[in-house]
Amino acid sequence: MQEPYSAQEPYAIEMLHITKRFPGIIANDDVTIQLRKGEIHALLGENGAGKSTLMSVLFGLYQAEEGEIRKDGKTVHINNPNDANELGIGMVHQHFKLVQCFSVLDNIILGAETVKNGFLQKDEARKKVLALSEKYGLQIDPDAKISDITVGMQQRTEILKMLYRDNEILIFDEPTAVLTPQEIEELMQIMKNLIAEGKSILFISHKLNEIMEVADRVSVLRKGKYIGTVNVADVDEAELSRMMVGRDVQLKVDKDEAKPGEVILDVQGLTLASKEHKKNAVNNVSFNVRAGEIVCIAGIDGNGQTELVYGLTGLENPTSGSVKVCGRDITHASIRKRADLVAHIPEDRHKHGLVLDYPLEYNMILQRYYEPQFTSKFGFLKRKEIREYSDRLIEEYDVRSGQGSITTTRAMSGGNQQKAIIAREIDRGLKFLIAVQPTRGLDVGAIENIHAQLVAERDKGCAILLVSLELSEVMNVSDRILVMYEGEIVGELDPKKTTTEELGLYMAGAKRDPQFQKGRG
Amino acid sequence: MKENKGFFGKPGVQTIMASLICIVIGLFFGFLVLLLIHPQGAWDSIVTIILNFITRSSGPAKIKALGNTLVKTSPLLMCALSVCFCYKVGLFNIGAAGQYEAGAGIALFAALGWGLPWWVCLILAGLAGALLGCISGALKAYRNVNEVISGIMLNWITLYLVNMILTKVKDPASPYTLPLAATNPKAVIPGAGLPAFFANNRYVTLAIPLAVIIAIAIWVVLNKTVFGYELRATGFNKEAARYAGMAEKKNIIVTLAIGGALAGVGAAFLFLTGYQQWTTTQTSVPGMGFNGIAATFLGGLNPIGTIFSSFFIQQITDGGALIDKAVYPSQISDLISALIVYLCGFTMFFRLIIANKLARKGGSK
Ligand SMILES: Nc1ncnc2c1ncn2[C@@H]1O[C@H](COP(=O)(O)OP(=O)(O)O)[C@@H](O)[C@H]1O
Ligand SMILES: [Mg+2]
Repeated sequence: MQEPYSAQEPYAIEMLHITKRFPGIIANDDVTIQLRKGEIHALLGENGAGKSTLMSVLFGLYQAEEGEIRKDGKTVHINNPNDANELGIGMVHQHFKLVQCFSVLDNIILGAETVKNGFLQKDEARKKVLALSEKYGLQIDPDAKISDITVGMQQRTEILKMLYRDNEILIFDEPTAVLTPQEIEELMQIMKNLIAEGKSILFISHKLNEIMEVADRVSVLRKGKYIGTVNVADVDEAELSRMMVGRDVQLKVDKDEAKPGEVILDVQGLTLASKEHKKNAVNNVSFNVRAGEIVCIAGIDGNGQTELVYGLTGLENPTSGSVKVCGRDITHASIRKRADLVAHIPEDRHKHGLVLDYPLEYNMILQRYYEPQFTSKFGFLKRKEIREYSDRLIEEYDVRSGQGSITTTRAMSGGNQQKAIIAREIDRGLKFLIAVQPTRGLDVGAIENIHAQLVAERDKGCAILLVSLELSEVMNVSDRILVMYEGEIVGELDPKKTTTEELGLYMAGAKRDPQFQKGRG
Repeated sequence: MKENKGFFGKPGVQTIMASLICIVIGLFFGFLVLLLIHPQGAWDSIVTIILNFITRSSGPAKIKALGNTLVKTSPLLMCALSVCFCYKVGLFNIGAAGQYEAGAGIALFAALGWGLPWWVCLILAGLAGALLGCISGALKAYRNVNEVISGIMLNWITLYLVNMILTKVKDPASPYTLPLAATNPKAVIPGAGLPAFFANNRYVTLAIPLAVIIAIAIWVVLNKTVFGYELRATGFNKEAARYAGMAEKKNIIVTLAIGGALAGVGAAFLFLTGYQQWTTTQTSVPGMGFNGIAATFLGGLNPIGTIFSSFFIQQITDGGALIDKAVYPSQISDLISALIVYLCGFTMFFRLIIANKLARKGGSK
């Protein structure tokens, strides 16, 4: 893969000595990266390392205070995304920027419409889009509405948006964070196709295996500082994670044998109707979780895990079945009534987990603001106590942000937002914790940390239900695996005895444990 | 470090700047219209609009006119608070106008028909507004009916209901309700010595300081209490509020009820001074509720800010009424103030522009 790069050919993009500051934080501190033509250049760094910021500078969303950007050896000024577009730079953002109620095609042409006599020339656009989708293997349905399609297809729509504008330099900001393992495979292939057609790619990730698989070179950032650039062929994962975190990282979860105690969560015949189709989203599911064990619900996204969690946490009402926690029946209890029983790290941190416009300290008390320790008798917030509590959590769980407790949560990096949620939920000290994809989008350092925390909670006697799409997480962290397929539990596996291949077969519905008969959970 | 720092980086300062820009542009457009109709008098007229009470001949006359403007500012402020409070919870209370009508109707009927004292009338007015708010709130919470739609419909329904009810206590010779002070002096909100400061303007009452106190109270509730914490969380992110176990449906209803009570009491603050009588033949929804929307935005969505914006809007509305009617058609005053009020709605838009401009300038250094 590594051909000698000719000195004559200028870099496709050079970002030289870029410095970008935010209030209270230097997001990029003298960072230099050079993108060769036709390469996949990975940008690796922990959450909050400044990767998105650097790319936003390149895409014209932010202006750097210092440094310069060169394209093909010539200095350019990028003041807004339109300038970037003119220069052939396109970006797929970490959080997609699509109009939910528009079709795929409309989203792709939005802002770059071909107009004749004041009328949209949609047919031409459609032809071009279909040709592109064919050429690069990007399967889409041009007429589907964004709100109806999978995350994977939304991402392909974003990619087509860039290609439709004939962009040559493609920025992918953590594209795999939201994808299923299969979709990740597809994306890797798409990226290789793009390179084969002469595009250059900046690929942001903190997943080492992905970088090892597709990238040619990788530049590492740590806390806003540039650490170095290496050829992927010359390093291994351990080396990369050391560069990223600045210390040796435990890639394997270190834990003792679980010592399960009494049953904490007892689910019998739980059924939830689906909002999307006629069948039940969760169909007659029964299982339990004991104190001191981590039970993992594995499965491909969209097989009822989300709804199962909604049923357990009270976000949705089950149609039948029962849920007991610590012997108390909470099947139809309100969310507030479950507050002393169920801690919940939600799947979607922006939708459920946080009020992004609140300062961090207000989010730290989101689940217990009404408790006497934070509320005076007359209904006033106890500001001092809230600040102290929040400061303690920030300190204990290493939540990093520009201004500590008073930082607007929206301005924090995704990983630190997630850490804040985890701190909040674990600190409630309940006997039952539901963690839904708790490490989604996080870097190895943070993942290590969160896994260690989950195991520590387990060892303290907490019953943990972990819902994960990440096979390595499923295998490494759990004490017991339940596989969900089409709303039902189709198998129970012991992570020490099974293999990823076997797990994959259950997840794909190719295998089913006879113990779990169809339709009776 | 250059951006979002320093004087102009503060969000509060940006909001105030944006409000001022709106005012200037609004006045400019008003001036243009005046120029088009009759160039000679345009400048004098626009100055009159801005100065309002200051244009009066003598010192006492000025003070008295200021008093009148303040009398009308207090209901406007209450309507603005109603809109502002609901807006913080993510609800657009266009029904404030109807809640205001309901407050006026009940307050006047209780005063003139039942002969009740002012404070009972005030409470009843608040309850009437709250009831209307509850209707919109319940429709929204349980039937997902947009509060704007139900609000607008209720505005009209209430208007005619109030007209109907108040015909029972109207002056036999005119469409106006009976004069308050003459019919039931107990129902007039006490002046508590305030008229003395306003050249014996007897319409200046406790209503004015009360409205300001309520504005401050609303700010405190929103920012310092658990209740406000819940409401704002709901406004920012309904799903997260639900996740945290907040009773979202209850909060929607309670919010609109409080909004309604504010607008209802606002109406009582005007009609229980005797300054104005209700016209039982009126066929348009009173502008107070709608001006409240403008005051809310001009005030930067801040209860304290609305104190000032309400005064400003009332100031130009009254000022507009002083324009020379010989030269300009009598609708001109409404047109000009409407123009300015309309521009006020753009405050948030200008704030965004200012913030972006500053971010850019700071960044490109
Ligand atoms: N708009 C912003 N305002 C203030 N701080 C920000 C903003 N965007 C990012 N930051 C801060 O800059 C740092 C780098 O963030 P980011 O570039 O998103 O990290 P990454 O993408 O590597 O996870 C973080 O500490 C984050 O809190
Ligand atoms: Mg990022």
